[in-house]
Amino acid sequence: MDLTLKIWRQAGPEAKGEMKTYPISGVEEDMSFLEMLDFLNEQLIEQGIEPVVFDHDCREGICGMCSLFINGEAHGPGRKITTCQLHMREFKSGDTIYIEPFRAKAFPIIKDLMVDRSAFDRIQRAGGFISVNTSGNTIDANAIPVPKENADKAFDAATCIGCGACVATCKNSSAMLFASAKISQFSLLPQGQPEAKERVLNMVHQMDLEGFGNCTNTGACEVECPKGISLENIARMNRDYLFASLSSNK
Amino acid sequence: MALDSKIPAGPLGEKWTKHKGEIPLVSPANKRLIDVIVVGTGLAGSSAAASLAEMGYNVKAFCFQDSPRRAHSIAAQGGINAAKNYQNDGDSVYRLFYDTIKGGDYRSREANVHRLAEVSRNIIDQCVAQGVPFARDYGGLLDNRSFGGVQVSRTFYAKGQTGQQLLLGAYSALNRQIAKGRVKMYARHEMQELVVVDGKARGIIAKNLVTGEFERHSAHAVLLCTGGYGNVFFLSTNAMGSNVTAAWKAHRKGAYMANPCFTQIHPTCIPVSGENQSKLTLMSESLRNDGRIWVPAKKEDAEAIRAGKLHPNDIAEENRDYYLERRYPAFGNLVPRDVASRAAKERCDAGYGVNKTGEAVYLDFAAAIMRYGEEEAHVKGVNNPSEAEIKALGERVVEAKYGNLFQMYEKITASNPYKEPMKIYPAVHYTMGGLWVDYNLMTTIPGCFALGEANFSDHGANRLGASALMQGLADGYFVAPYTVGEFLSKDIRTGKISTDSPEFEAAEQAVRERTEKFINNNGTKTVDHFHKRLGKIMWNEVGMARNEKGLKQAIADIQALREEFYADVRVLGSANGMNPELDKAGRVADLIELGELMAKDALERNESCGGHFREEYQSEEGEALRDDENFAFVSAWEFTGVPAEAKLHKEELTFENVELKTRSYK
Ligand SMILES: Cc1cc2nc3c(=O)[nH]c(=O)nc-3n(C[C@H](O)[C@H](O)[C@H](O)COP(=O)(O)OP(=O)(O)OC[C@H]3O[C@@H](n4cnc5c(N)ncnc54)[C@H](O)[C@@H]3O)c2cc1C
Ligand code: SF4
Ligand code: FES
Repeated sequence: MDLTLKIWRQAGPEAKGEMKTYPISGVEEDMSFLEMLDFLNEQLIEQGIEPVVFDHDCREGICGMCSLFINGEAHGPGRKITTCQLHMREFKSGDTIYIEPFRAKAFPIIKDLMVDRSAFDRIQRAGGFISVNTSGNTIDANAIPVPKENADKAFDAATCIGCGACVATCKNSSAMLFASAKISQFSLLPQGQPEAKERVLNMVHQMDLEGFGNCTNTGACEVECPKGISLENIARMNRDYLFASLSSNK
Repeated sequence: MALDSKIPAGPLGEKWTKHKGEIPLVSPANKRLIDVIVVGTGLAGSSAAASLAEMGYNVKAFCFQDSPRRAHSIAAQGGINAAKNYQNDGDSVYRLFYDTIKGGDYRSREANVHRLAEVSRNIIDQCVAQGVPFARDYGGLLDNRSFGGVQVSRTFYAKGQTGQQLLLGAYSALNRQIAKGRVKMYARHEMQELVVVDGKARGIIAKNLVTGEFERHSAHAVLLCTGGYGNVFFLSTNAMGSNVTAAWKAHRKGAYMANPCFTQIHPTCIPVSGENQSKLTLMSESLRNDGRIWVPAKKEDAEAIRAGKLHPNDIAEENRDYYLERRYPAFGNLVPRDVASRAAKERCDAGYGVNKTGEAVYLDFAAAIMRYGEEEAHVKGVNNPSEAEIKALGERVVEAKYGNLFQMYEKITASNPYKEPMKIYPAVHYTMGGLWVDYNLMTTIPGCFALGEANFSDHGANRLGASALMQGLADGYFVAPYTVGEFLSKDIRTGKISTDSPEFEAAEQAVRERTEKFINNNGTKTVDHFHKRLGKIMWNEVGMARNEKGLKQAIADIQALREEFYADVRVLGSANGMNPELDKAGRVADLIELGELMAKDALERNESCGGHFREEYQSEEGEALRDDENFAFVSAWEFTGVPAEAKLHKEELTFENVELKTRSYK
């Protein structure tokens, strides 16, 4: 198929960016979206044009490294998939495709389509852990049974891949879905209880410091989340936060 | 240099406890004076960095991704083994040890494997304490599943995302130390050189991938936790960034590479669909529990299918060749990975492949769907169900078991595996070979350690499913943090290592020159062009079946490719700032050299064992012939300038606790 690609090019964090147009032909249906970009890059290099820079690694929807805003949607058309799982059969010959980076104040652009999402790491560092040393001499793994329902919900929350689509989609650039997923995983498990209050306060505080916006309950994040992380987590986090602020002696 | 594996004396079950007790301790005050570099933040690296920091060492950790959480371990699907015996099915440390030795076709060290089995139990305790949400049963206790090659149920899992959950657990432990300032994290940094001072590993040259700057980092010890090198085949199930650079730089500086030719080719992956494909996707081993593997029995049918004139569902039962069931009646579709992969290749080579490229076989769930459907109908008391009703019921059972995999398959191939058989083909998945390490996980360069998939230590010639995650966490949480003490206890008075030494200067200079060379090369072909060609050579000659002639040809071809690469590769842009093409060029350069050594290793190993199959060494029925008399050793290669002229050192393997047997699955 033949396509027209309109791609955001930006030489560096401080440089001014612009949309550039690249016609491309010979794209196959079976290619993934990122393979289509590889294909473009091979041609650009042959023409002496610097290839388009984008983040990617696992190419199977689990590492959370790929991003891209495709035709106005985080991870492109299709639900519950990442950009690396999007295939060209979703497009047709003659289409024009707009490809832009994830945009948010807290995700500065590094180059072209690549952004800096290290703010997510800093949120996790603020409390996304259970303070147990790694000696291996803890209690037996089966000593505390966890009701299956809670274990399953904790797992569902824990499947967040940290891609940032929720932030990129949100008109306020809020990171609530991401942060609430991690906080919920621990608050649903007995092991997470002792530090629950501190955790939610510290992680939310860090989220604000990083410059993410507030949540106005639009719900767009849940729709675009490739892992189907539920808004229920935000509600749980808000409850935990309120409770923690009222009862914490901090 | 003579290889000293430093295996402690004494009975197998006591070696580790005794050794651990005897390793000199470094006092907390002295630990503060010692710096450790950990390269890699997968399961092995994150767990090691967190543990060392807790103990009091100053740790610097590096990864090339934008976050430690994205290391390739994140992609592991099926599960992690541990000898917990929660299912009360007779599992034990000894059984896990035995299964691993046998599964590895008797090419691994007894002492290391036994230690692995011992600490496996602590891993599960540790992970649960960290909040890893493993699957649980209705009683709230941990659930298990079985994996290939064993008769017990010892695999812990978190749906199809076990690697993700374990890595996020290790990442949280790492984060806790980063927050305390005990670990300094360098993401988007790539180690491009190892610095050796007075014969000891004392630092690295790392490139800041965002700014393009080269940085000198010194330490008293360097731990390489940099993963496997399956990407030497270009197409593999590994992440795009997985590479051998860190290990290869260490190899060039004196670390021996062990058994580099031992590669695991996984039988059930989605086949190659075209020339522009960038990677292959695994379909979990668990599918072989219910799927039947077949190709058409008649060549005309296979040809008609390839031409799009015939649909598999229209081939009558008697015209199908369930070749695994035919060749291995005892194990059928559940033979180990290496055996299943070779059998698929054999049929496709003979002209029975079922996709455009002729390299695919069917994995068919129709029989399982009907079987489960009938069971369900019976359980639900449906009288005289129609075939359609049975099918619908059966599909629901299969969906509950494998839904996410079926969905993943459909996303990639646009074909519905409930309605027509999956097409699968073997793909490169894991590398058993890696840096040679002693019992302390130290390479032949004092102070340079290797953990996880980067070392060769535990899986012999074939790894069992769900054992890589176990090994990564065992090495990182429970082995290396202690065993480094033996080396570091001698360094308490050394003081900070200076980065101003001639050794650091020379190492940085070497990296700079290489970078300049690529940027100024003005060649005509892209990096991927060369990587793909390397992959083809490796797949055809150093892949599932190898022979003397092909391996010799491969060495010559790779050498020619290397020259052409340096003469004609084209890397645009500059060395300052982000330039992924430039970084890729460096990685591919190292993979090319590694490929040559792999071919050499495969050529020298005149036997078939595990994932290494030499066509000259097979029985009349085409089964692998191992040669214990002459090849029960680890090949450890010393770099001498040209990979094909590397010097071989042998570490003889002695088996005191298990008896060497021929694996038979007939
Ligand atoms: C699709 C798939 C499924 C799998 N499923 C299972 C399973 O179910 N069970 C199982 O036991 N095993 C499984 N495996 C195998 C297992 O996942 C890996 O062997 C294991 O995770 C490797 O862990 P690691 O810590 O050694 O390395 P990795 O997780 O690969 O981490 C390597 C780290 O090194 C860093 N790095 C590499 N080079 C450099 C450099 N030069 N400079 C700086 N940093 C560098 C990377 O950034 C990364 O952080 C699977 C593998 C694949 C491909
Ligand atoms: S919540 Fe969803 S969209 Fe947001 S980072 Fe996690 S996986 Fe991505
Ligand atoms: S590349 Fe890993 S999720 Fe897309």
